[in-house]
Amino acid sequence: MSTAHGITVRRWEPSSRIFTTAVALVLVAGVFVPFAFGPNVTNKLTQLFILIILAAMWNALAGFAGLVSVGQQAFIGMGAYATVVLADDVGTNPYLAIVLGALIAGALSLPISLLAFRLRGGQFAIGMWVIAETIRLIVGQIRTLGGGTGRSLRATNVYEPALRQAYTYWLALALMAALLIAVVWLLRSRVGLFLQAIRDNEVGAASLGVRVVPAKRLIFVLAATGCAAAGGLIAANTLTVQPNAIFGVQYSAFMIFMVLLGGLGTLEGPILGAVIFFVIQQEFADQGTWYLIGLGLLAVAVTLLAPRGLWGTIVDRTGLRLAPVGYRLRGTDPAGAGPDPTPPLEHAGT
Amino acid sequence: MIWINALVQGLLLGGFYALLACGLSLIFGVMRIINLAHGEIAILGAFVVALLADAAGVPPVIGLIIVIPLAALAGYLLQRGVLTRSLRGGELAPLLATFGLAIVLQNLMLQLFSANSRQIDIGALGSAGIALTAQISLPLLGLLTFAVAVLVLGGLQLLLSRTGIGRAIRATASDPDTAELMGLNSRRVYAYATAIALATAALAGVFLGMRSSFDPFTGQAQLIFAFEAVIIGGLGSLWGTLLGGIVLGVAQAIGAQIDPSYLVLAGNVVFLIVLAFRPSGILAVRVRA
Repeated sequence: MSTAHGITVRRWEPSSRIFTTAVALVLVAGVFVPFAFGPNVTNKLTQLFILIILAAMWNALAGFAGLVSVGQQAFIGMGAYATVVLADDVGTNPYLAIVLGALIAGALSLPISLLAFRLRGGQFAIGMWVIAETIRLIVGQIRTLGGGTGRSLRATNVYEPALRQAYTYWLALALMAALLIAVVWLLRSRVGLFLQAIRDNEVGAASLGVRVVPAKRLIFVLAATGCAAAGGLIAANTLTVQPNAIFGVQYSAFMIFMVLLGGLGTLEGPILGAVIFFVIQQEFADQGTWYLIGLGLLAVAVTLLAPRGLWGTIVDRTGLRLAPVGYRLRGTDPAGAGPDPTPPLEHAGT
Repeated sequence: MIWINALVQGLLLGGFYALLACGLSLIFGVMRIINLAHGEIAILGAFVVALLADAAGVPPVIGLIIVIPLAALAGYLLQRGVLTRSLRGGELAPLLATFGLAIVLQNLMLQLFSANSRQIDIGALGSAGIALTAQISLPLLGLLTFAVAVLVLGGLQLLLSRTGIGRAIRATASDPDTAELMGLNSRRVYAYATAIALATAALAGVFLGMRSSFDPFTGQAQLIFAFEAVIIGGLGSLWGTLLGGIVLGVAQAIGAQIDPSYLVLAGNVVFLIVLAFRPSGILAVRVRA
């Protein structure tokens, strides 16, 4: 905390201290879930963690780096296939294979970014889709990858089903925590400030010496790695990979929906969006087309009517802040008690 | 000889892609929006014509005359209702809104027309062709599509360069604020452009429906093909879009000649090669102002 001219600059606030402690406690409590509940609960929670990873990664890309992509399924599929190949063909431990697969896909995203970054805005979005489709078609041609019918993951069969489910759950929990911490850490670093400057005004940021492309590329690689980790977890959770499903554009639709609903460009919003989407999916997914029509309509409505999403709207109304990213300026209260004399100002917030 | 045949078929296919792509190119050129629902709108046009033919016996030509003004009206309303609002939300909002719209349209078609693939019945025209040699035959429908594509592109070019509305579109495209100061209503100009774009998309969709079978999922691929044609040809040039369509069509036809499953892949690969070595497109035109 630093004080100058009667204004306090604060990173941590009581609300964010409580929130961070609560998140840490939930994560620690989460470790014990497989002991207390059956494989059905751990399976569902694994799905939720995968959704949270996907939403957080898409949000990092679009909300913080301004890169809307309709092709992140490229990395989901790469992570899933890398996991199957490493575990079944190379003989790596399947859970290590998920982590390695994510790192491999992250490394491959670097050359992909060289191509994709030649496009901007909407062209980048759909260019990524073309790249994802190209990878899907190539994978479908490779016989050792099972061609169009895909492959099943066998390496995890050595574990008893309940134990297998618990291992997948723990890895999902750990990867989700690690990726969320990585996003928070990145946003609190210099690069985070660069990214927010780029998001607000790219030309202005560049003129002040922000190296725009490297900062964007860093987020792109992080998002690719995270999506690939989610892909590996999907493979471990469903025990099968099939090119049309794992490289399907519906993953992009789900990611966009979760982030829009929760709040694009906030840290907490996508998590909220993922939880809501998870509940909607559990309740309505068997409604088929009407369910998807509803999701699409809701996405259009949120974009037009509440572009800051649920979380953004809550923050606007209440000034509540949970995650300790960004800073906040407050006029200091001489009495040291009572409400602030000036309304809080968001600075470089999320 | 089969390669020359593939080349000729690809060339004609390129005309179709140019027709499909010009609306996407127009909306992007004027508003900097990529309409992610472009493919679904094309397929919807095909569905309506097929339905009119099946249910009421309306011949496809009459169906086309009904569908094109409907699509233009839909474009006008889309602009007024969704795009204008989303343009205020910055660069990302129109993308997200049109993506949501694409999902709605695709699943609405799935609900209304089922996942069964269908085709617009055009009788003998569908199989008629002019035989050049024993192996090479020019399909009449392909020639017709190509001719219509050239006519539409030429018409658009004339509209943009010679008419008052064309001048208004170009002025608003290069600087909407200044255009407003000169008395133009940018929202109305945008709405006209979107109406024209959706009319051409529906027209292309009907030609697709005559040429091959389609289902509610066909739209996604069509959006990608249209986008590839635009980028390969170079943004900001309608004739570039024709060239881009032809390059894409020839790549797909040659790919399919090697192995039928390479059709889409070959097009994507050519797109990525152009992106790597000539990212502003083959016929790169410096966008005026």
